[in-house]
Amino acid sequence: MSLLQSLKARDRVFEFMAPEASPVDVRHGPILYMEDVTVSFDGFKAINNLNLTIDDGELRCIIGPNGAGKTTMMDIITGKTRPTEGSVWFGSRHNLLHMNEPEIASLGIGRKFQKPTVFEALSVFENLELAMAADKRIFPTLTARMTGEIKDRIDDVLETIGLTALRFQPAGILSHGQKQWLEIGMLLMQRPRLLLVDEPVAGMTEQEMERTAELLTGLAGKQSVVVVEHDMGFVRSIARKVTVLHQGSVLAEGSMDQVSNDPKVVEVYLGSDEEESA
Amino acid sequence: MMTQATSSQFWLTRPFGERATQTFLGVLFAALLLVTVLHLAVPQGHPLHVNAYTVNLFGKYLSYALLAVAVDLVWGYLGILSLGHGAFFAIGGYAMGMYLMRQIGERGTYGHPVLPDFMVFLNWESLPWYWHGFDMAWFAFAMVLLAPGLLALVFGFLAFRSRVTGVYLSIITQALTFALMLAFFRNEMGFGGNNGLTDFRELLGFNLRSDATRLGLFIATGVALALGYILCRAIVTSKLGRVCVATRDAEARTRFIGYRVERFQLFVFVVSAMLAGLAGALYVPQVGIINPSEFSPLFSIEIVLWVALGGRATLYGAVIGAILVNYAKTIFTGIMPDAWLFALGALFVLVTVLLPKGVAGLLSHLKRRKEDDHLPKEAAV
Repeated sequence: MSLLQSLKARDRVFEFMAPEASPVDVRHGPILYMEDVTVSFDGFKAINNLNLTIDDGELRCIIGPNGAGKTTMMDIITGKTRPTEGSVWFGSRHNLLHMNEPEIASLGIGRKFQKPTVFEALSVFENLELAMAADKRIFPTLTARMTGEIKDRIDDVLETIGLTALRFQPAGILSHGQKQWLEIGMLLMQRPRLLLVDEPVAGMTEQEMERTAELLTGLAGKQSVVVVEHDMGFVRSIARKVTVLHQGSVLAEGSMDQVSNDPKVVEVYLGSDEEESA
Repeated sequence: MMTQATSSQFWLTRPFGERATQTFLGVLFAALLLVTVLHLAVPQGHPLHVNAYTVNLFGKYLSYALLAVAVDLVWGYLGILSLGHGAFFAIGGYAMGMYLMRQIGERGTYGHPVLPDFMVFLNWESLPWYWHGFDMAWFAFAMVLLAPGLLALVFGFLAFRSRVTGVYLSIITQALTFALMLAFFRNEMGFGGNNGLTDFRELLGFNLRSDATRLGLFIATGVALALGYILCRAIVTSKLGRVCVATRDAEARTRFIGYRVERFQLFVFVVSAMLAGLAGALYVPQVGIINPSEFSPLFSIEIVLWVALGGRATLYGAVIGAILVNYAKTIFTGIMPDAWLFALGALFVLVTVLLPKGVAGLLSHLKRRKEDDHLPKEAAV
């Protein structure tokens, strides 16, 4: 009876008719699955049988010594590198291995590169404008107009990343830290579901690092964030869950305290680090 | 010259709100008017009189200026250094030339009602299929835009899809124009071979050898330059223009934020090729001939030099560069023909060393200095 009535109800919107807030299906929890992924470059396995799951809204830190495959892992997720084996799913609906880079980006995966790359000739404002989630085909882009709504959104992001005063300056004159924030701002303009952040605090001052930590922890919950970082102090300050990569596969996973007490991790990574600093 | 918040205006009318475009259009139309008045109203023999030969020369410069604007659009804003834009210019020119050939009709040396002279000379029986339709002005004028556009579409599709950029793209554009030159040199191609197309009589019923037609063509070229400039300006001030600049400076990054970079490159490349074709079509009736030498790789490189001299990524710099260099060329080849290439080379070296941003860079530098001079005074008040 209730079924019949619900079918008759005029204000009912059938599920398949409703505009989807996001095409990504995260009903099962995780937003990203990587299963048995292997990448080999001329026989060298940069990624070796990697399994990784990121939950929706999670802030995950990935650490590992140089050459552990952190950057290659990001390349696979964003479609830049194709794995030799394995599968990569975004939510439980989208197979990322069947998509190219712009498709993956428009699906809601944003990536911040190790070296900040912003469009130096364009102003801070224009950098954010270009990054904004919008119809990115040719003619809509050609005829796009600046509306109050878009301006407000850009202003919001400028506020978040603390660059409001520099909005009309060319991005080329920004300091290293400011460029990193602008890049994070550009990612936010895309309203991503998953943010991949590669070494966000490399070369930053202590204060800049603190601000970046605030920024990233503020984002988690609304977005899923994956941070690859070398700086252990920084990781400790933001991480809830840490994954340690070594030689292309997961060595350990857990809270910062758990992994830093794991003897395997201490041996390959933290141990050698302490030796160096000692 | 700081970038401002982008306006909410309709994209095609946006350039009219810019100071630089207003100045450019003002100067261009003042120059057109001045030349027209000096040609028509000042009596012959007066020192200020501009004769028909000079009007014709200026018309030629203006068509070169439009070509330079087309090159600046792809090079300055998109970072694609095309060393083959002469090919699009020449194809536009050939489309116009084919129309003009068909207009000759029975007045040719052999008096054949349909076949152009060179086909009669080669003992051809009938018109090749691709010559049909060129007796109609609308068809020929459409081909002026469509033929270079189609070539750019196919070439650009293959190049950009394979992500060929930088110096490799420059080399294959150079190869493209060289290959076309060799092809057009062949008599079997049906474009008049070595001699090209010439001996034109009339355009839309106007006698090409009359002074009035020459003045008309000069003004038409000026108007085409203005329209081409406004179109390019509208493109570069739109969001699409900013995507182009972003692509130029960080292509991979632009792709990552979700733009199909290769499609944007293709779109702008095709627009540029069509403008180059239009420039060629306006050039041909003014010089009275089109032959395969317009495809020569050297000419395409020269166009790039004009743009570099005038200043990249400003559009008006391209116009200044094209006119200055070609004026200098006319003067120089008159005085010392052999020295021209040395002079061009020296000019290029000097500009690269002393004015890396070209003449346009010098202009905006002077303007800024002037503004800076004003500032302290205002502060003192």
